[in-house]
Amino acid sequence: MTEPGRFSLTDGAAVFEGTLDITAAAAMWRQVMQAAPRAIDARKITRLDSAGAVLLLEAARLHNATLTPPEDATAGGVLARMQKALAAAPPIAQAPQPDPVTRLGLAVIAGGQGLIRRIAFLGEVTQGVANTFWRPWRLRRVEVLRHLDEAGTRGFGLCMLLGALLGVILSFQSSIPMRKFGAEIFIPQLVGISLLRELGPLMAAIILAGRSASAYAAELGTMRVNEEVDALSTMGVDTVQWLVLPRILAAVLVMPVLALVVNITGLLGMALVMGSLGFPAALVLAQLREWVDPGDLIGGLVKAAMFGLAIGLIGCRAGLRAGGGPRAVGDAATSAVVGSIIAVVVMDGVLAVIFFRMGW
Amino acid sequence: MEPVIEARDLAMRFGEKTVFKNVSFDVRRGEIFVILGGSGCGKSTLLKLLIGLHRPSAGHARVLGEELGLLTGQPRRHALSRIGVMWQQGALLGSLNLIENVALPMEQHSALPPEARIALARAKLGLVGLGDAGSKLPSEISGGMLKRAGIARAMALDADILFLDEPSAGLDPVTSAGLDALIMSLSRETGTTFIVVTHELQSILAIGDRCIMLDKSAQGIIAEGDPKLLRDTATDPTVRAFFRREAR
Ligand SMILES: Nc1ncnc2c1ncn2[C@@H]1O[C@H](COP(=O)(O)OP(=O)(O)OP(=O)(O)O)[C@@H](O)[C@H]1O
Ligand SMILES: [Mg+2]
Repeated sequence: MTEPGRFSLTDGAAVFEGTLDITAAAAMWRQVMQAAPRAIDARKITRLDSAGAVLLLEAARLHNATLTPPEDATAGGVLARMQKALAAAPPIAQAPQPDPVTRLGLAVIAGGQGLIRRIAFLGEVTQGVANTFWRPWRLRRVEVLRHLDEAGTRGFGLCMLLGALLGVILSFQSSIPMRKFGAEIFIPQLVGISLLRELGPLMAAIILAGRSASAYAAELGTMRVNEEVDALSTMGVDTVQWLVLPRILAAVLVMPVLALVVNITGLLGMALVMGSLGFPAALVLAQLREWVDPGDLIGGLVKAAMFGLAIGLIGCRAGLRAGGGPRAVGDAATSAVVGSIIAVVVMDGVLAVIFFRMGW
Repeated sequence: MEPVIEARDLAMRFGEKTVFKNVSFDVRRGEIFVILGGSGCGKSTLLKLLIGLHRPSAGHARVLGEELGLLTGQPRRHALSRIGVMWQQGALLGSLNLIENVALPMEQHSALPPEARIALARAKLGLVGLGDAGSKLPSEISGGMLKRAGIARAMALDADILFLDEPSAGLDPVTSAGLDALIMSLSRETGTTFIVVTHELQSILAIGDRCIMLDKSAQGIIAEGDPKLLRDTATDPTVRAFFRREAR
């Protein structure tokens, strides 16, 4: 019974005998397929498992060979069952690739539909905001507080660290060329304006995108995958009001604060470097007072709030449109972070032009 | 016939809570052994003890002569290649399609070339009526289809023992009957042993050679034997209520 399976080729016919189990099938699969037999003789097979049966059946199918079943009744039964099973499972045909023009067309259509869906989401959120304006008690304040805590309080440490490093690096690097002109005294002006107007909000936005946009997307994506979002909406809960608004509101409120933290720690870092270059803190402060006006700060903070809106929107949308399966949640988190960063940089460019025109 | 599974005085506690104790039974080669009992009485837990995922609080369970929980290395791999498990929730890998899911145990335990694994996986899916869904991801199929794919994966290696946790829950009567027929023919023709957890009375009576019934309040086995005999002769009120579908 444990006689190992063998196969021999005579006149283009493959003759099998002995035990054709998964080990034997694994050993001879490639050989049998290469031999391309015109007939398969399985009469002498004493024991057959499903792997062996699939070997016989696939060889017969691929080479259009006739298959004589085993004489052994049990082995014959296995073969018959697997034959039925394989017949019910046709090999998967690769879908033909469309030609480049069709592909381009499909891509354009998909892009257009994506744009429409984005606008629709914006509309839903606007409607949610309007509804909340009329019925403010419907907004889940506890949720807003939770997200403020998660996005804000817990992000302060990172903001302080990155802000201080940014200030130190900026002032230190600019001190090298400035020294050539003896213009180190202008470093506070340089670092102050670039931090308050640009780098503070931008750094805070990148932190929020990495910490919170991904968290929003993963959380909402998991809820979508587990059909919790569908369950909420069939209970008559306005999902935008319930899930999206608290997060967006938290992002908008928290961003100026994060930017402020980056600004302050950045300026402190700069003051530290200036101190090491021999400029007292009072001088640095006087320089800042003279050259940097509150408009720079406020403009930066307004910009930060707008970044927060974009990050919240993108994070929530990425989560809510997640497909199925564990991979979908990961994809949603990735696209939330990437989308937020791209949106923030593009917005920053556009806002720079607008502020410039407004003479800010 | 020799027992392929021996459970002796098994007990399981989670913290203070005893799920069951003094559970002993034998499963013989080639039989279809059914584990019955109400929700939460410890059926899935018992299954996990048998396959060595949990360590029992007392007693031991031997599968094919070995305590699976104590094996390591090559002996463990070998023992695992001889059993197949279908989980209550399907437990398919979400990032692989059905064919890849079913082919995974073959990749681990056999030297079949990839094209052979795919053909065999297709055949296994065909056996459970999923022949046309091989390229779908688990997230793209229904709950009943997930169960059947889980069964196909458990059967991937023609295991000697198949553990099925509620295979027919959530399936329509026709599919469920088809599954019963498949289990019976595999058991009769290839001598595969089945340990099946199920609530489906019809399927218990149709396929079960022997059964044990667990009970939450008794914390152990309250009935054992041929299900048809139990239906006709049981005196324990809980067992009678179960087999006669009475509310209690
Ligand atoms: N990891 C765990 N920690 C604590 N308790 C557990 C754990 N797993 C199971 N239990 C408890 O053990 C008991 C039995 O659980 P088990 O999943 O085995 O039930 P079951 O009989 O399979 O029920 P069902 O028919 O609903 O699947 C339950 O009361 C459960 O709360
Ligand atoms: Mg269970």
